[in-house]
Amino acid sequence: MRETLTRLRYRYWPDHLLGEILSKRWTETAIPVILLLIVGFALSRSLEHFLSASSLADTARQAGEIGFIGLGMALVVIVGGIDLSVGSIFALTDFCALYLLDVLNWPVPAVVVVTMIVGGLLGAVNGVLIGYLRLRAFITTLITLIIYRSAYDLLIQRYSNAIASAFPDIPSWDFIGGRSVFGIPSVALVYIVIAIFGHVFLTRLRPGWHITAIGGSRRSAYNSGIPVRRTIALCYVASGVLTSIGALFFAARLGTVGGDIGVGLEVIVLTATVLGGITLGGGKGSVVKSMVGVLVVLLVTNGLTAMNARGGVNRMALATILLAAAMVDIRWQKNRTRIISKVYVAPTYHALPPPPPTEIGSGGPFEQNDKLRDVSLIGLGRIEAPEDVILDRNDVLYAGSRHGDIIRFFPPDYERMEVFAHIGGQPLGMAFDKEDNLYVCIGGMGLYRITPDGTVEKATDETNRSIYSVNDDSRLRLADDLDITDDGLIFFSEATVRYEMDEWPVDGLEARGNGRIICYDTKTGTTHTALRGLKFPNGVAVASDGQSILFAETFGCSIKRYWFTGPKKGDVETVMDNLPGYPDNINLASDGNYWLALVGMRSPSLDLAWKMPGFRRRMAKRVPVDEWLFPNINTGCVVKFNEQGKILESFWDLKGLNHPMITSMREHRGYLYLGGIANNRIGRFKLDNADPDFVQYDKRWGKSS
Amino acid sequence: MKRVRISQQEIVFAVFAALFLTFSVFLSGFLSADNMLTLLQNVAVLGILGLAMAIVVIGRGIDLSLIAALAVPGGLVLQMVQNGHSLPASLLAAGLLSIAIGLVNGWLIAYAEVPPLFATLATGLFVAGLGQAALFQLDVVQWSEGMAGFERLGQGSILGIPTSIVMFAIACVVVFILLRKTRWGAYIYAIGDNPFASRVTGIPSRPIIVLQYVLAALIGCFAGLVLAASVNSMPTRIFNSTLIYDVILVVVLGGIGLSGGRGGVVNVIIGTLLIGTMLNGMTILNIPYAGQNLIKGLVLLIAVITDTLLNPRNEETAQQGDI
Repeated sequence: MRETLTRLRYRYWPDHLLGEILSKRWTETAIPVILLLIVGFALSRSLEHFLSASSLADTARQAGEIGFIGLGMALVVIVGGIDLSVGSIFALTDFCALYLLDVLNWPVPAVVVVTMIVGGLLGAVNGVLIGYLRLRAFITTLITLIIYRSAYDLLIQRYSNAIASAFPDIPSWDFIGGRSVFGIPSVALVYIVIAIFGHVFLTRLRPGWHITAIGGSRRSAYNSGIPVRRTIALCYVASGVLTSIGALFFAARLGTVGGDIGVGLEVIVLTATVLGGITLGGGKGSVVKSMVGVLVVLLVTNGLTAMNARGGVNRMALATILLAAAMVDIRWQKNRTRIISKVYVAPTYHALPPPPPTEIGSGGPFEQNDKLRDVSLIGLGRIEAPEDVILDRNDVLYAGSRHGDIIRFFPPDYERMEVFAHIGGQPLGMAFDKEDNLYVCIGGMGLYRITPDGTVEKATDETNRSIYSVNDDSRLRLADDLDITDDGLIFFSEATVRYEMDEWPVDGLEARGNGRIICYDTKTGTTHTALRGLKFPNGVAVASDGQSILFAETFGCSIKRYWFTGPKKGDVETVMDNLPGYPDNINLASDGNYWLALVGMRSPSLDLAWKMPGFRRRMAKRVPVDEWLFPNINTGCVVKFNEQGKILESFWDLKGLNHPMITSMREHRGYLYLGGIANNRIGRFKLDNADPDFVQYDKRWGKSS
Repeated sequence: MKRVRISQQEIVFAVFAALFLTFSVFLSGFLSADNMLTLLQNVAVLGILGLAMAIVVIGRGIDLSLIAALAVPGGLVLQMVQNGHSLPASLLAAGLLSIAIGLVNGWLIAYAEVPPLFATLATGLFVAGLGQAALFQLDVVQWSEGMAGFERLGQGSILGIPTSIVMFAIACVVVFILLRKTRWGAYIYAIGDNPFASRVTGIPSRPIIVLQYVLAALIGCFAGLVLAASVNSMPTRIFNSTLIYDVILVVVLGGIGLSGGRGGVVNVIIGTLLIGTMLNGMTILNIPYAGQNLIKGLVLLIAVITDTLLNPRNEETAQQGDI
C-alpha cells in the first residue's frame, strides 16, 4: 500500500522541474515580476480608481518617461558603470526642448532631433571621461551632475519667464504630450518600441553582447578584442539620448521648467534598476528587468500619493523596497548554484525484482566463470578510456580516447598505433556506414562523421526541442551508442538530457527516464527524437529484420526493441528485463545473435535505495557527492543473447586484474575485442566455434570488392 | 629612471595654493584675518562630515546616509526640546537614533553584504522619510527656550577662534587619534586595503565595518548639532540638497581614494580648505550660487582628470565592479 503510494507520487509529481526551473536565467526576472503583481494587486484592492482607464494611462505616461531613463541606466549599469547625472541631463534637455520651441519657435521635428543630440552630447561628456580617460564612473557622474544642475539653474534664471509665458499650440507637440493611440499614451507606445528593440539589441546583436561581456569582465573583454573604451563611452551617450527622450515627453506634457525638475531622479531610477534585478557591477541585466523595476517603483510611489500618505512615508517605502530587493538579489546571486545543486537531483521510484543468481554453482545463464581471465591486451598504457572498439574491413582496430582522439591500431599484432582523427570530446559508440565513414557518438558534442581519409565532420548536435520540457533539450548532451540501418538511418541513444557526461552516475541515482533514442537521417541530414523517457539508454543495434533496433536501458536493466518501420512501426517491446547488471553496448555476433556488455552488477543496496526516493533525495542534499551511493561499475561480464531474449552464454573474469571493466565488445574474425571506459587497454579474446571470417560490416553491407 | 609621481593630494594642495594666492593678490579683503575665519567657519560643518565620510571611505565603503544622519537626529533634539523634554534626554535620544542608523547601515553592509552605495542610499532615504513623516512638524525645526545655552556649540568664539572651527579641530583630533593611534583604526585601514586578506588574518572585519558606520552616524549627528547651533534651527530639507556630493568631493579631492585603505585626517583638511577657499573667493566675487556650483564642478572635474592622467588606474589590480 505504502509502496503503491510512493510509486504513484513519484510517477505523477514532477520533482525534477523545480531544479530545472531554478537553473533557468529567467527565474531572476520572475522575482521582481511577482513583486510587481503583488504590488499591483494590493493597490487595486486598496485604491478605488486604480484600474480605471484614466489612472492606468496616467501611470503609463509617467512610466514611459522614467522608463526611458531606466533603460539608459540599465545599459550603463550592465556595462559596469553608473550614471548619477541622469536627473540633471533630464532637466537640461527638458529646458533645451522648451527653449527651442517656445523662445526660438523652432518646428517640432527640429526640436526633437536637436534635443536628442544635446542629450547625446551631455552623455558623451560622461562617456569620454569614463570610457576613454577611464575615470571612476561614480565620482565622474557625480561631478557632471553638479555641473549640469548648476548650468540648468543659471539657464532657467534667464529664460523661465519666457518659457512660462509661451503657450505653444502645435498639434504634433500636443500629440507627444498627451494624446493616446487606442487608449495607449504615445509615450508608452514609443517606450514599448524602443524596449523591444533594446531587448533584441542586448540579447541578439553583437554590440549588446559586447556590453554584457565588458560588464562581466572588462579585462577578458579587452583581451578578446572588444573595443572596450568605445563601447563604454557609447553606453553613456545612449543613456544621455534615452534620458532626453524621456525629457521630451515630459516637456510636451507639462511644459514647465521648475527648479526641482529631475532632482533626486537618479535615486528613483537607481532604485528601479536594482529592484528589477540588474546587478550592480555589471554583466547582468535585461530590458524586462528595467521595465518591471520602473513599474514597481512608480506604482508604489503613486499609490502612496493617492492614499494621501505624507512625502516621508513615500520615501520610507521606497527605501524599504530598495533594501529588500538588494538583499534578495545579493543572497540569491551568492547561493544560487548551491541551492540549485541541492534541489536539482530529483530521485524517483524505481522498483526491480530480485536479480537472477550469478553465483558459481547456482546454475542459470549468468553463472560466473573465468573465461576472460587470459585475454590478451592491446595498447596497454598507451590508450585511455576506449569506451567502444571497432574494426574495419582491413582489420584495423579503432578506439576512442579520453583526450578526444580516435586512435587506430594496425594488424597483425596491433602494436603500431596512430591518432586517426582528433575530435575534441570523449568518443563513445562507433559504427561504419556503407562508404566506410566512421560515425562516432561524442559525449557532450553530438554525432560526428570521420571519412576514411580522417576528415572530421559534424553530423548532428541537435534534435527537435520537446514542448513540455523546461530544460532546453534540443542540444545533445550525452550521445552514447549508435547503429546504422540499411536505409542510412542512424539510430543513436542519448543517455540523459539532465546531466553532463561526467555526471552520469547521478542520473543513475535519480533513476528517472531522462534518456532518449534519436534518429539521424544521413540522406536528408535531419534529426528527430524517436523515443523519450528512457532510463539511460545505451547500446543500440539494428535487429535482424532491418525494421527494428535493439537498445539497452542501463539503469532500467533491460533490453528493448523498437520498430521504426514496417507493420509494427512505433511499437516498443521488452526483449529482456531484470538483468543482473547494467547493460551497455550491444553488437552483432557472427552467429546472428548479439553480444551485450554488462558494465557493472546490481547491488542489493542500490536496488533497495531505488525503491526509496526520499532516502536518495536526503542523501543528495546532505551528503557530499563523494559519499553518495552510486551504481557499481567495478565488475561485469559479456553475454550473448538472441532476439527472443534468451541468454546463450556468459563470459566472466573473476579477478578482473587483466581487463577490469567492459563497456563494449566487438567480434571480428574469430576474436572478441573488449573496450572499457575506465581502462587503459583493449582486450582481445579468442572465441571458440566462431566464424573466423566474420567481419561485422561486411556481413551487414555485403563484401566490397 | 625613476618617474616622478604626483599624488592627488599634492595636486589638490597645489590647486588650493594657486587659488589662495590668486585670490590673495586680486581680491581685496580676502587675506584679512576676519575673512579667513569666516572661510573656515563656513566649511566647518562640511569638514566634520568629511571626517565621518573619511572613516567609512578608508574602510572601502561609502555613506550616503550621512546627511540624513545629520538632519534627523539633530532635528530630533530640537523637536523634543520644543515638545517639552529636557535637553539631556533629547541628546540621548538623538545619540541612540544615530547609533541605530549606524548599526543598521553596518549590519546591511557587513552581514547582509548589500553594497554600501545601496545600503546607505536606502537607509538615508528611510531616515529622511522617517523624520518627515513621524518626527518633525515643520521642514525647519525651530530653536526653542529649552535649548538656551546650547547655541554656544556653533556660535561665539573660544580664545578668539569661532567655536565651529574649534569643533572641527576637536573632531579632527579625535578622528586622527582613532585612525592612527588605536588598534581599531589600524583594522579599518587593513579592511580598506584588502578586506579578504584582513579577514583571513583574523581581524574581526564585520564588527569593525559596523563600527565604522556607527562612528560615521555619530559624527554626522555631532555635525548636525553644530549646524543647528550655528543657525539656531535645523533645516531638515538639507537632505534634498547636494551637500552629500560636496562631502564626497571633500574626501575624494583630499586624496582619500574611494578604493579604500589610503589617506587620513590631513586629506580631509586639505579637501575642506580647497572647497572653502573656492566658495569664499567666489562669494567675494559675488558670483551667484548656481554659478559657484558650476565653477566648483569644473574645478573638481579638472582635478580628477589630472589625477587620472598622472596616476592611471591599474587595470591589473582594479577590482571588477569597482565603480
